[in-house]
Amino acid sequence: MALFESFFNSLASPELYTLIFTGVFLLYCARYRLLTRPGWVVGISLAIALFFIIGAQNHDFMTIIAKGDNMPIVIMIFAVFWCLSLAFRQAAVNDMRIEKGEPPTEALDSNKKVLVWPDLIYPEFVCTVLLTAIFIAWGIAVEAPLEEPASGTRAPNPAKAPWYFLGLQEMLVYFDPWLAGVVLPGMIVVGLMAIPYIDTNPRGNGYFTFKERPFAIGMFLFGFIVLWVSLVIMGTFLRGPNWNFFGPFEYWDPHKIEPLVNVNLSEFIWVGMGNTRLPDNPLIREAPGILLILAYFVITPALLAKTILKKFFHEMGFARFSILIMLLLGMASLPIKMLLRWTINLKYVVAIPEWFFNI
Amino acid sequence: MATSEASQKQITVMNPDKVSRRGFLGNVLVGWGLFLAGAHVGLLGCVRFLFPNVLFEPPQSFKADLPNTYAEGVDERFKNTNGVWLVKTVSDPLSGRPADAGMFALSTTCTHLGCIPNWLAADLKFKCPCHGSGFRMSGMNFEGPAPRPLERHRIAFADDGQILVDKSQKYQWEKGQWINPESFLKI
Repeated sequence: MALFESFFNSLASPELYTLIFTGVFLLYCARYRLLTRPGWVVGISLAIALFFIIGAQNHDFMTIIAKGDNMPIVIMIFAVFWCLSLAFRQAAVNDMRIEKGEPPTEALDSNKKVLVWPDLIYPEFVCTVLLTAIFIAWGIAVEAPLEEPASGTRAPNPAKAPWYFLGLQEMLVYFDPWLAGVVLPGMIVVGLMAIPYIDTNPRGNGYFTFKERPFAIGMFLFGFIVLWVSLVIMGTFLRGPNWNFFGPFEYWDPHKIEPLVNVNLSEFIWVGMGNTRLPDNPLIREAPGILLILAYFVITPALLAKTILKKFFHEMGFARFSILIMLLLGMASLPIKMLLRWTINLKYVVAIPEWFFNI
Repeated sequence: MATSEASQKQITVMNPDKVSRRGFLGNVLVGWGLFLAGAHVGLLGCVRFLFPNVLFEPPQSFKADLPNTYAEGVDERFKNTNGVWLVKTVSDPLSGRPADAGMFALSTTCTHLGCIPNWLAADLKFKCPCHGSGFRMSGMNFEGPAPRPLERHRIAFADDGQILVDKSQKYQWEKGQWINPESFLKI
């Protein structure tokens, strides 16, 4: 038990957790034909369940998962895995059929018709009754996680967002509020709406496949699984008092000391490397960061269009490709900034608090 | 032409009380006008709510006891009632007068997203529970995402020798306002 706890606590540093999560995600995408076999899905589900059952012996971990707020997260972990497995299983079957020159399974029953009543309404009605019963039982059995009366002068410690917003709260740790609270969520919504206009490839329409659309599906799932679901899990199990990182089996000590002296890029450049004091003019002071951001959004697309994504550039044309790349770079900026914060304590690339402008 | 007239006649026969185009537009105009006028009256009523008759808020400017009732360090007695930490220090280089001992009033609002940080006396820092921003006793930000230090408020002596804090005045370090003599009370 002690070995089990210390093992998972040692994996719970944010950079290691994110690397392992990303690695597992990539492995799943690479080996989806094997890992979505029913035996594997059952085996992995049992392994996750076993982790929670053994973990629940630990008082600190039990306190987290027994909280009414966090039960949906445990359910979410299983639900996401099963939905992913279901989709990838059908994709695996179709990909194998397409390789053999057969049409996807969806083509076989495209002529089949079902009656709305009873074939459609009846199962829906049964689901409605079942879910209502489950929610009533849940609502009676589990106490609502109410806290002390709200006060304008005191915040609970840690002050956690509702579980579905924990990813957003985690983003706010690394960016200025106007970026993480307005620009990035706006880009996510607008970007999702823009997908039908950017992606005109007809393959994969109406049937499950992964082999024919690895880039499109992989990128979407990276954004959803690695940059949202994993942050919700991190916010639930790894964030404790004072918003410090804790292992899942670690006592939430509000006086845990974590030296987090953060440094702006301008201080790295001028004080660290140039050995001078910061220039007084904010524009000169932040010039390295501004140039870096410009390079990231101007030179990277040009380089990608010439090298790895050459085919995309020719197929999509300049306008579509530019929008795609801007959305991808915006998405990639989150893990980049997170890793820089965790590894070299970088605070802001561009930091102009005088004008309330920080990136 | 003939067919058009014929069909026109047919329509008139079918709808004896046909509304003319001009009459219809007139009705639309009156209807929309009334609706918009009503909506604006409602909007004015909403604006009225921005100016309540009674405000259950502590006054922005308040007296904060005599200076000799304070020990060196951070004092939390006015945190819950007035949203201010009073800090007594032997030297505060950030206010431009390192040789003077004195006091200053720190706002209890985090400069990242407006949560209320906690004063951790053992760690000698303010720490925000929402996103982990940390501030030194001077208010200077040093960890987490907060982009700028906590704000200071105007502090002075009242006529009776008590400390007077005025929250309507704020002094921001990043704008070079902490060297303002009104943001630091020499004792």
